[in-house]
Amino acid sequence: MIEKAIFYFFAAILLLAATLVVTARNPVHSALSLVLAFFSSAALWLLIEAEFLGIALVLVYVGAVMVLFLFVVMMLDINLSVMREGFARYLPLGVLVGLVMVLQMLLVIGAGVIDLEPAQQAAAGGALDGNNIRLLGSVLYTVYVYPFELAAIVLLLAIIAAIMLTHRRRGDTKHQDIAAQVRTRKADRLRMVRMPSERDSDS
Amino acid sequence: MLALSDYLVLSALLFSIGMAGIFLNRKNAIVLLMSIELILLAVNFNFIAFSHFLGDIHGQVFVFFILTVAAAESAIGLAILVVLFRNRNTINVADLDTMRG
Repeated sequence: MIEKAIFYFFAAILLLAATLVVTARNPVHSALSLVLAFFSSAALWLLIEAEFLGIALVLVYVGAVMVLFLFVVMMLDINLSVMREGFARYLPLGVLVGLVMVLQMLLVIGAGVIDLEPAQQAAAGGALDGNNIRLLGSVLYTVYVYPFELAAIVLLLAIIAAIMLTHRRRGDTKHQDIAAQVRTRKADRLRMVRMPSERDSDS
Repeated sequence: MLALSDYLVLSALLFSIGMAGIFLNRKNAIVLLMSIELILLAVNFNFIAFSHFLGDIHGQVFVFFILTVAAAESAIGLAILVVLFRNRNTINVADLDTMRG
């Protein structure tokens, strides 16, 4: 019973925050609401014993990605009035599409079509008892070790891409141009000066 | 006791909010990225709920990878936005018509 109460409490906060994300006038408010949505999702994930992912969501998303979002939102000087154009125009369409999608998904979920019993028997594990992190690690580093390495490469690529995209050479800083250094020739550096030879004056 | 359908309904609602957000904020590229994050969160909810109620850890591994890719995606997306703003001085999606799309 208490689980149900906690679930509804966090689910209400989550849906409220998600609605605020898409309707807030100021993008900073959107980003902060998204932080709240991630926090409530993490609580809901903890509730069904996905402890590692719940904590990873807070650490990675709230700690890194949302800080990045906030940073960019505050760095860019956005004209809010232009951004709001068309909001009222697309409101009926957006709400309609959202409602239709909810109804369709509820029809699938609510009809009792999803029967877990055969799949549960096929999974053979039953409940996931024991340490969630140990279970996850024992699968992640054995069965999924290749995808795990690929995920590391994806992150590395993201780092390099983000830096290369946003990096710019400023004109007033001194830096080394290796190609120009290699390409240089004698004439660029050495100047032959013809001048009369000196004579010993005191001889 | 919590049921699978509780989480599935919550996930469906979250997904639809994210989808409606894409319709509503079709000018503001930053809020578009945030709506995509909401949609990915809804997908992760489905994976974790099924993982718990089926007693199968592989769903959570999948969520782990989705989180990784989503973090990379938003980092690159925001970098592109910053470059875009630097060059065009706007992030209005309607103004980005250089390629006549």
